[in-house]
This record gives sequence, structure tokens and C-alpha cells, in this order.
Amino acid sequence: MKSSISISNVNRIYKDSDGNRVEALKDVDLEIKSGEFISIIGPSGCGKTTLLRLIAGLDKPQTGQLFIDGAPITGADPSRGYVFQQGSLFPWLSVRNNIAYGLRARNVYRSKKENIENYIELVGLKGFEKSYPHQISGGMAQRVAIARALINEPKALLLDEPMGALDSFTRAALQDKLLELWKKDGTTIVLVTHDIDEAIYLSDRIVIMTPRPGKISKIIDVNLSRPRQRGSVSFLEMRRQILEFFELAQAIPQPEYNI
Amino acid sequence: MITLKTVKQKKNDLNIKFMLLKILFTISGFIVAILVNVLFPQKADVTFKIYTLNILNLRIAFDINSAYIVVLVALILIYAISGIRSIFQKDKRKLYAKNAAFRFALGIALAIWDIGGTKIQIFAQPFFPGPAQIIEAYIAEGSYIVQNTLYSIRLYLAGFSCGVLLGVGTGILIGWFPKVYYWVFPVLKITGVVPAVAWMPFALTLFPTSFSAAVFLIVICAWFQIAFLTAQGIQSTPKQSYEAATVLGGGQINQILHVAIPHAMPDIFTGIGSANAMAFTTLVMSEMLGQPGGLGYYINQSKVWSAYYKVLAAIVIMAVLFSFINFLIGLIRKRVLRWQQGVIKV
Ligand SMILES: Nc1ncnc2c1ncn2[C@@H]1O[C@H](COP(=O)(O)OP(=O)(O)O)[C@@H](O)[C@H]1O
Ligand SMILES: [Mg+2]
Repeated sequence: MKSSISISNVNRIYKDSDGNRVEALKDVDLEIKSGEFISIIGPSGCGKTTLLRLIAGLDKPQTGQLFIDGAPITGADPSRGYVFQQGSLFPWLSVRNNIAYGLRARNVYRSKKENIENYIELVGLKGFEKSYPHQISGGMAQRVAIARALINEPKALLLDEPMGALDSFTRAALQDKLLELWKKDGTTIVLVTHDIDEAIYLSDRIVIMTPRPGKISKIIDVNLSRPRQRGSVSFLEMRRQILEFFELAQAIPQPEYNI
Repeated sequence: MITLKTVKQKKNDLNIKFMLLKILFTISGFIVAILVNVLFPQKADVTFKIYTLNILNLRIAFDINSAYIVVLVALILIYAISGIRSIFQKDKRKLYAKNAAFRFALGIALAIWDIGGTKIQIFAQPFFPGPAQIIEAYIAEGSYIVQNTLYSIRLYLAGFSCGVLLGVGTGILIGWFPKVYYWVFPVLKITGVVPAVAWMPFALTLFPTSFSAAVFLIVICAWFQIAFLTAQGIQSTPKQSYEAATVLGGGQINQILHVAIPHAMPDIFTGIGSANAMAFTTLVMSEMLGQPGGLGYYINQSKVWSAYYKVLAAIVIMAVLFSFINFLIGLIRKRVLRWQQGVIKV
């Protein structure tokens, strides 16, 4: 089960504290095929989170429409899983109960509670079921957040810089985990990131956004065969292309790091 | 004879020796107290009343001074036994050793009090009687004191539990519904600073019994305080927590019960803690000003007869009772907020 997402001519304007208009999203159009892995990249303030929140149904556009499998998005729904950037776990619930939250909230705990163990195992948190969020590391917390979203068996998974706060080793491991999950379930995934390598490594297509006003400037097809090599020539070439787009290619002639 | 000992054995012997010293240190204060009581000449003119105790068919006669010695001996036995037990329980050793100095001082304090209050009576009488006289209160009026203590407990339980329920309930409504917040919160803020006993004139006329009037006073002193903090806790729940619940399928009711209330729990307990202290004050005050029973009533009654030793006896009971209630609340708090342990020092 997976969802296609259709975004047409969406505008979202905020007022900042001085009362000035902030065009967080301007005339955004995007078609996401079902089962597709899409990354959205761009500098901060370009409207990535705003777009993701609109898809989740946590926010509404002033003009334009968003559709999920052809039906307009009217509000949040557990069929669209959402992983916040950080700190969204319920601190008063243990790891296990955080993951079980969705089952309880949807009144399916009795019939589906066997799944909890599976998802705990899937994200490698066996032995930490009884720990509380403040007792585990940031990487583990994000894995809990992902498992918590996955247990609802969403048709689309929306991730807002889920690995932003992690060190590069934890991040690489979590990226592989995400790919594994995606291959297994074939869920549609929209990943917001500011890490170009992450976008290339994971996605089918990369949506590049630019700020003021926030808009989609370019969409890149990542035609690299999987599994991808982070140091391969084609990988680096794609990286150069994207950097060039942001006019950063000259500033950084060499790759910063290879994993 | 084997003279070689392993390092572990030696260490164990050392531990036992250390603990035995600590036990001796702990009880030596009380031994001093006994010695003072027995050896120090009775200078002041004090009559030690004789009481008789009927146990089965035995009639045991004793004066209150020997009752005081019995209490001291009992204390020595309790501390000696708990000390010996702690030798075998590693985790209790440290605490026992730590408390030794204080318990020693307690014994010495009793000895000094005995001298000042009973033996030579340099303390102003009848305001500061010796320890033996206070024990006399328990012997002479034991069942009456128990009766009054139970009255206080009943009053406290009725008032405080209603207050907590109402406080948490209204706090949730105020915190959740902006309309309720707008209209009720300012009222709460203003009335919350007024000490509950100020309402006593109304309470006494509006309620059919003085018991229900006192319950009312304790209810409002717990209610406002707890409602105030509960509302604050609910309101400070981060928006992201609600959003996380929403995207996971949690509806309104679920969000109130499983997001807002758990988030407010630390604040609710802060409210309960401070309301509890105020409830003790209100309890004793209202008992002193118009109850047919209770420890406050007992104090008042004893004061009329200048029986200050009874006043002190009631104060000792209050100290123990209220500490115990605080201890229970602390236990519940620790259990409910166990997810916080390590974040904030509880
Ligand atoms: N709730 C809000 N109120 C006012 N301005 C906002 C709000 N949310 C986002 N913005 C503004 O909209 C722009 C895009 O924000 P955001 O989508 O969070 O960017 P990104 O996630 O790409 O960093 C920013 O300029 C931001 O300040
Ligand atoms: Mg963002």
C-alpha cells in the first residue's frame, strides 16, 4: 500500500513578528508517484518544512490544492506518517509505549500489539524497550520516532530532517535502515534534508528549493543504480551538479568527506 | 587455627568493626540520656504521678519517669537492631552510618532537655516541660489523643482529596479551553492568594456542620493552588507534542488524557506539594477556631488548662503525621514521575 501525492499551485504566506509577509511557498507544483523516494533539499528558510507540513495536513495553504491518491488533503491522518526534526517523542512514555502510541490512539492495540516487538527489532532497539526518551541517544530517539510512525503502516512517510542532529556514522547507519524499510514496504517517502549526499544516496528524485520566495527551482532524477556508492564517480558528478546549482561548486572544489 | 585471611575477609571484618562502632556511637547518646535521668539529682520540685496499667490480670504500677526510661530503652533497642540488620544489608550501611551523628545528638539533646525541663527546671515552666511530662500526656490521655488524631486525619483526607480532584479537574478545563481560561483564570489568580481561613466566617454560616465547613476551607486552599498549576502545565505543552499525537491518529480526548495531562503532571505535583503545606495550616487553624475535635482542638483545649505538655505532645504527633503524609505524597510523585528521574533531581 502506497500513496501518490499531488501538489498543485500551492501558496503559503506567513506573517513574521514585524508583520511583514513571508512567502514560505510560492506557486509550488509537484507530482510524487506512489512508491517513490523523494528528497527535498535547500538552504534553511526555503519552505521545506512548510511543504512537508502541508502534505501531512498539519497546515493549510492559502491558495492551491494538495491531493493524496486523488483526494484532497483536509487534515492530518495516520496513513501519512510524519517524523519531526527532533524531540517529538513523548518523554513520559517508554520507548515501547512511544512506539505503541499510534496503536492505542487508533484503538487497534489489542489486535496489533505483536507488531511492536517487530518494529523495535527492525530499528535495532531491542533491550531499550523500557528506557525513557531522555535515557537514550539522539540517534536512538530518531529511530524510535521512525518506528512510531511506521507502526501505523502509513502509505506515505514524511521525514523532516530526521537525521539532522546526528553524527555522520549514526546518520549513515540510519540511512541504510531507511532504505531497507523502503525496499521492504515500498512506502512513498518524502525526505527533507539539507545534506546533499544524503539526498543522492537515498532518493529517486531530488527536489531543489530556494528561498525568498520559497519555491521549487529544479528537480533532478537520480539515475544511479542501487545500492549506491557514496564515493563513486557518478555519485560525485551528481554532487558537483547540485553544488553548481547552488553556485557552491567553485567554493568547494573537493568533496568534504567520503564515507 | 587458620591465621591466613583473604583480602575479602579482612575487608568484611573491617566493615563489621566499622558498623559496630557506628552502632555504639548511635546509641551512646541515648545511654547518656538514661544515665543523666538516673544519676542526675532531682533538684526541682516535680511530682511524678503514678499510673497503673492493666495487662491481662496483671496490674503494673509505674511513674512517668520510668515510662521515659522505657522509651529511651526502646529507642536504643530499635537503633541497635536496625544497626545490626544494616551490617548484612550493604545498601543500608551507608545511610545508617550517616545518621549516626544526628542520632547521637538526639540522645544528648534529650539528656539536656531532661535536665533543663525536669531535673533543675531552668526552662520557663509550665511552657517547656521535660520529656517525661510529654510522655505523660500520651499515657494519661492516649485514647483521647488518638481520637483527635483520627478526627484530623478524617478532616484532612476529606478536604484534601476533594481539593485535589477539583483542582486537577478545573485546571484541565482552564488549560484546555481558551474560553474557560479567559473567564476563570483571572478569578483563580486573585482568589488563589487569599488564605483559605479568610473564608471562615462564610464557611461557618453557610455549612450545616462545622466539619463540612472545615472540609470546605481545606478544599478551597487545595483547589485554587492545584488548579492554577495544572492549568499552567496543560498550557505549556509544546505544540509539537499535540502535532505528533495528531499525525499518529490521536483525537482530542486522547490528546487530553495522554499528552496534556502527562505533560502537566510535574506541575500538578508541584501544586499538590504546596497545597499540602497550606492544607496543614488550614486544618489546624480551623480546628483551633471551631471544631469539636482534632489535634488543633486538642491544643486549644490543653492551652486553656495551661497543660503545655499536652500541647507539645500534640505538636509531636503533628510533626510525625504531616511528615508521613509528605512522605506518602513523595512516594506517589516518584512513582508517577519516574520518567523524569535523571532529568530533574526529584
Ligand atoms: N509559523 C510561522 N510563522 C511565521 N513564519 C514562518 C512560520 N513557519 C515558517 N515561517 C517562515 O517561512 C519560511 C520557511 O520556513 P520553513 O518551511 O520552516 O523553512 P525550512 O524548513 O526550509 O528551513 C521561513 O522564512 C520561516 O521563517
Ligand atoms: Mg525546516
